[in-house]
Amino acid sequence: MTLLQPRHRSALIFIACLAVFTIAVTIAAQFGLVSTSFVKTLGKTLCLCLAALAMDLIWGYAGILSLGHMAFFALGGYMIGMWLMYARTEEIVVASLLNGGLPATPEEISQGIATQIFGVVGASDLPAIWSFAYSLPLQLALVVLVPGVLALVFGWLAFRSRVTGVYLSILTQAMTLALALYLFQNDSGLRGNNGLSGLQNLPGVTASQDAVSLWFFWASAAALAVAYLTLHAIVSGKFGSVIRAIRDDEARVRFLGYSVEGYKLFVFTLTAVICALAGALYYPQAGIINPAELAPIASIYLAVWVAIGGRGRLYGAVIGAAIVSLLSSWFTGGRVPSIPLGFATINWVDWWLVLLGLTFVCVTLFAPKGIGGLFDRFAGVHAPDRKGAPLGPDQGSLMEQEAKE
Amino acid sequence: MRLTALLVAALCWLAPLPSLAQEAARIVAENRAQIEKPSRQTIGPVIAELAGSGDAMADDILSAWADRRLVIRKSDGAMFVAAAEGEGLALTALDGTPAGTAASGDLTELKPNAGVRRLIATALVQFTLSDPDPSQRQAALASIAQDPTADALEPLRAAIATETDPALKARKQRLERLLTLRFDPSSAARVAAIDSFGADIGLDLRGALNPLVATTRIASATPPEGNVARELRLGTDIPEDEAYALLVAANLAPARLTLEEQRAALLANLQDGMVGGVPLAELDSQAARDRAYTALEASGAVPVAATDGEARAVLATVKFYEVHAEPDPAVTSAAQAALDRIGTAVGVMQTADLGLDALSLASIYFLAAIGLAITFGVMGVINMAHGEFITIGAYTGFVVQLFVPDLTLSILIALPLAFAVTFGGGVAMERLVIRHLYKRPLETLLATFGISIALQQILKNVFGTQARPLTSPAWLDGAWVLNDVVSISYIRIAIFVLALVFLAFFLWLMKRTRLGLEVRAVTQNPTMAASMGINPDRINMLTFGLGSGIAGIAGVAIGLFAKVTSELGTDYIVQSFMTVVVGGVGSIWGTLAGATMIGSFQKVIEFFNPSNTLAAQTYMILFIILFIQFRPRGIIALRGRAAGD
Repeated sequence: MTLLQPRHRSALIFIACLAVFTIAVTIAAQFGLVSTSFVKTLGKTLCLCLAALAMDLIWGYAGILSLGHMAFFALGGYMIGMWLMYARTEEIVVASLLNGGLPATPEEISQGIATQIFGVVGASDLPAIWSFAYSLPLQLALVVLVPGVLALVFGWLAFRSRVTGVYLSILTQAMTLALALYLFQNDSGLRGNNGLSGLQNLPGVTASQDAVSLWFFWASAAALAVAYLTLHAIVSGKFGSVIRAIRDDEARVRFLGYSVEGYKLFVFTLTAVICALAGALYYPQAGIINPAELAPIASIYLAVWVAIGGRGRLYGAVIGAAIVSLLSSWFTGGRVPSIPLGFATINWVDWWLVLLGLTFVCVTLFAPKGIGGLFDRFAGVHAPDRKGAPLGPDQGSLMEQEAKE
Repeated sequence: MRLTALLVAALCWLAPLPSLAQEAARIVAENRAQIEKPSRQTIGPVIAELAGSGDAMADDILSAWADRRLVIRKSDGAMFVAAAEGEGLALTALDGTPAGTAASGDLTELKPNAGVRRLIATALVQFTLSDPDPSQRQAALASIAQDPTADALEPLRAAIATETDPALKARKQRLERLLTLRFDPSSAARVAAIDSFGADIGLDLRGALNPLVATTRIASATPPEGNVARELRLGTDIPEDEAYALLVAANLAPARLTLEEQRAALLANLQDGMVGGVPLAELDSQAARDRAYTALEASGAVPVAATDGEARAVLATVKFYEVHAEPDPAVTSAAQAALDRIGTAVGVMQTADLGLDALSLASIYFLAAIGLAITFGVMGVINMAHGEFITIGAYTGFVVQLFVPDLTLSILIALPLAFAVTFGGGVAMERLVIRHLYKRPLETLLATFGISIALQQILKNVFGTQARPLTSPAWLDGAWVLNDVVSISYIRIAIFVLALVFLAFFLWLMKRTRLGLEVRAVTQNPTMAASMGINPDRINMLTFGLGSGIAGIAGVAIGLFAKVTSELGTDYIVQSFMTVVVGGVGSIWGTLAGATMIGSFQKVIEFFNPSNTLAAQTYMILFIILFIQFRPRGIIALRGRAAGD
């Protein structure tokens, strides 16, 4: 019965809303009320919400403004994409070799796959990093391991030398940029700027895209629900108290005897893995992944979503990500009517980013709580009266207006 | 007196001309029979005499002869130089006087054979090499240098002694040595010519030497004839596949069976679901296919082809050699030694060139980062829109050039205007946004990022996505070329100078002016500064405006060599932050050190992997991340109160 305690109320409401939403979309899709592409958009949005959830844990709760989490997201996508592409190509190659008259040898199959996948970058051998691409379980393990180990190593290096605040932000951004530049090379073994494509075709699945998109939608919703409950359990327990304390006053927590670096490293790696899983669910729905996906700007957008939704509140991150990314695809989809101003016409495809940027500045300046602040108002939660002082001296600490009493 | 002497000299120079004008005609007349039916063995002296006559017409006669334009009029047997004119031919007498026109039916052309024509061409080369007009001589030298032949060697040697222009003489001598080392019949002369160059790094010399040391690979069971460079060890010096391909090319072994051929052969011999006794369903491994193919070979159904084992057996019986195309070992070893010397010299020069490149890249980074050194380094404000200020500066330059056609003037106007525009932008941004977010660096980062994407999109909407040109004035075009290896473009020198100017300006501003004093006071302790009568708001505003303004000027400079798009600044923003962080926040010398380090490091990586600047940037960022592990506060870390702790 502990679940019915007031502090768990938000989680219950969230799960209920998510369940209702999922069922509603499923029914609408069954009756053809929403298109397959819109179901895909919703599924992708849920994955972005999952990434935003992770971002909220690391930034809103632990006060670490990481500008590299979309890199983990994309890495997860690359890892699952490798298997999807390999297995799909294998099917095609085996089918075409069967037509040749002789049963195919393993060498011919692997040679055919390599030529199919890497012909576009002028290579014909499978690079070593594709060694496990033949196996779904191994590649799924890599979805977790590659971003997890990268985050672990990077985080260990960074936290060990006490890089904090904006320096850490810049450093994570540099990491993302380095990774993106590396993947842009043709000899990186991941097809350079062509990226991996055709990921929407699941190997061995004959069902239509309508059904597949619904499966992915359910999977994304389930992943979001599980992650939400897990993170909710983490932040509402003692662990949550410690990382909030690290956010507001790291030095004091260290003097109290906690291993600040250990906590930070755990949170950093955990959120990286969550982002990677979100990416692994996202890119089969998107169908294509290329290095532009992990440009530094993508990670900043992640922070923007969390900030607009309201950081330090798990539901805030989800709402921010959902609203901003859906609005973004609506505005950039070209279906929003232009506004004629007489001397010029505001075409939203061109001006949406301007609106987003300025909105974001305004949210930062005037509504630090973001959209989550509205819920606080309904719930009657007020900010503490600290005479304008933030919760702690650290750069990531919550401002007075952001905090709950 | 002097005038008289000059006149006499001029007369002496002019006087022989009239008599010489008859000279060529006389020689032709004397050797008429030989010229009409020339033989390659005997015509030499005649051509030499014509070429040596000094008559201006000799050149025309010789070239006309070679081109089959030397004609004999059938009516009187007189000889003319003909040139096509309308229907007929315009005739010129051998002494240079025009002789009217004639129909081609009235004329007989002299048709010298190929050997004679070559002799004439050689003589003509000598002619142009000794032409009174220096530009003609230069052109002749250039054409020989471009297409060196053994035939050009003799005329070139002959033309050196008479050369009066010292520069041309030097060129002739150099070219003569280049030709000697390739074409001289005497081995000693060639070696001497090679050695005479020392460690000269000219491209022409390397172009002449490289063919001398060129080798071909041959397969042979016994040591081959000729100038053998070395024996190749199988596997280490020459891969087995390549070695076998050589054998196949020399018809010493049957071609290796490719998988596709094997497949096709097996398919062609498919009978009743069996191939060579192996059931079709079992042919899903290479071993089974080889077995089936060998069976087919044995039955004679398919041609014999080498399998891996057979190929290896053949390879063991043969040795592989690298053989010089040049037969003379003394020459090849001298050429190799010379190339080694040159390689060392070129290496030194390349290092120098790399140093210059690194310096210029460092000044670009420094220029892009110096504005940040003020806003981020001194004030501690993270301004993600800094890159957009760089872009705005570049676009300001573009707009100015739309209205001011004079390039030099437009740049001179653009620099202060870009400063003014971005200064205004910076001040507005500080007043409206950043002022509210001091002490909240992470929020500043995100808010300025919002401004950055808005500004970038606005610039894209206004100027479009295609790159806009920002043209540099003509005096900045071109490069300062020291030799064939070391060169640096003027625009990079200009950027280097600009970076130095900014460094000096920054130092002067911070250390020598009232404003600098107040800036330092406000950054160290705003409360104390305020109680001393300094207005921190005003100082912050000015400092931020200054940093942004410098970014604008940097934008004009960067726009001169980079493509001006709305994403120009984004390319530099991460590097700029890195420069400041690596150098040490708050110290201009640190920023300089950071820019130098990042610039040189990137150039060095690019040197090792020149095709791949992406890899260079990747490794550089990794290096920076590691560097910060060891010096978290940068190269030059401030201590004490200045560090702001």
